Amino acid sequence: MPEGYGGEGFFATSLGQAVGLARANSIWPLPFATSCCGIEFMATMGTNYDLARFGMERLSFSPRQADLLMVMGTIAKKMGPILKQVYTQMAEPKWVIAVGACASSGGIFDTYSVLQGIDKVIPVDVYVPGCPPRPEQIIDGIIKIQELVKNEPLRRRYSPEYQHLMEKYQIG
Amino acid sequence: MSMLTNELVLERIGAMQPQALASSETGYDGILNVETTREQLVALLTFLRDDEELNYHFLTTLNAIHYPDNQGRELGVVYHLHNWPQNRRIRVKVWVPAGDEHVPSITSLWPSSNWMERQEYDFFGILFDGHPDLRRILNVDDMDVFPLRKEYRLEDGTRTDKDDRFFGRDGHEGRSFD
Repeated sequence: MPEGYGGEGFFATSLGQAVGLARANSIWPLPFATSCCGIEFMATMGTNYDLARFGMERLSFSPRQADLLMVMGTIAKKMGPILKQVYTQMAEPKWVIAVGACASSGGIFDTYSVLQGIDKVIPVDVYVPGCPPRPEQIIDGIIKIQELVKNEPLRRRYSPEYQHLMEKYQIG
Repeated sequence: MSMLTNELVLERIGAMQPQALASSETGYDGILNVETTREQLVALLTFLRDDEELNYHFLTTLNAIHYPDNQGRELGVVYHLHNWPQNRRIRVKVWVPAGDEHVPSITSLWPSSNWMERQEYDFFGILFDGHPDLRRILNVDDMDVFPLRKEYRLEDGTRTDKDDRFFGRDGHEGRSFD
């Protein structure tokens, strides 16, 4: 629970905290799964690990209704512009998690055809290491995203720092 | 129909297309390898496809290869043909010098060679004369190298966080092909 003043049957906190709480527990992820990390994500969505416990049983396969872009797998250079377009199509507020070594840094594919980390084309909030990471690690990354979402000021996305970041990636 | 043997095939090519036969050998896998010149390539492949006895009617694949040390025959294209009724295969090879990588297109013989030739252009820069639409097919359109030629580095130049020691490259720049 966020900081606030509570008593019998009521709880008072700032609007930003309340909105953050609601957002953090109802994230709609967009799975961008290109290889084996996507298989781990399927396990994460399954009954054993059950990502639905975190308020994300509704996967969004349209970027326009998604809050969290989950990039899982090797991104070839030819896929780079497509990934960027998907990110651009997502509505604010939006977050990005890079699952696995390939999405984070290109992984073992140090070669002419593979993007050396998706942060070459879009900003990334949380990196999950592993090749592939276990579902527990993906869940750990999700919890870190939830912490970001809870504590992010409502107007952060209009801040000069954020706009500078977008300019750096030539988005918006 | 008599069973096709490599000797029979060679005999038949030698009788009908003697000028197309530069050399031949039997590979370790028992498949006949025939070398020809780019001037004779289309005629030879047409003959292999249309001759009723040989009947190599199916183009399994075609691929290019780069041997930078073979003076005057640096780049090659290999055509794999298959006779389905008798389950016999043959490989046809053609070699061209680097700097003059022109090979006639066989899209008029097998339309399926269209994308294969585009792929070999994409990775080796082989120029298939007569191809209707010779442009990159797998790599990004603005790539300015032919990545599988051995003069280019395999590693990505934009990598920033990879320690060569962990990739079996002892800190050297580029790769030696000696």
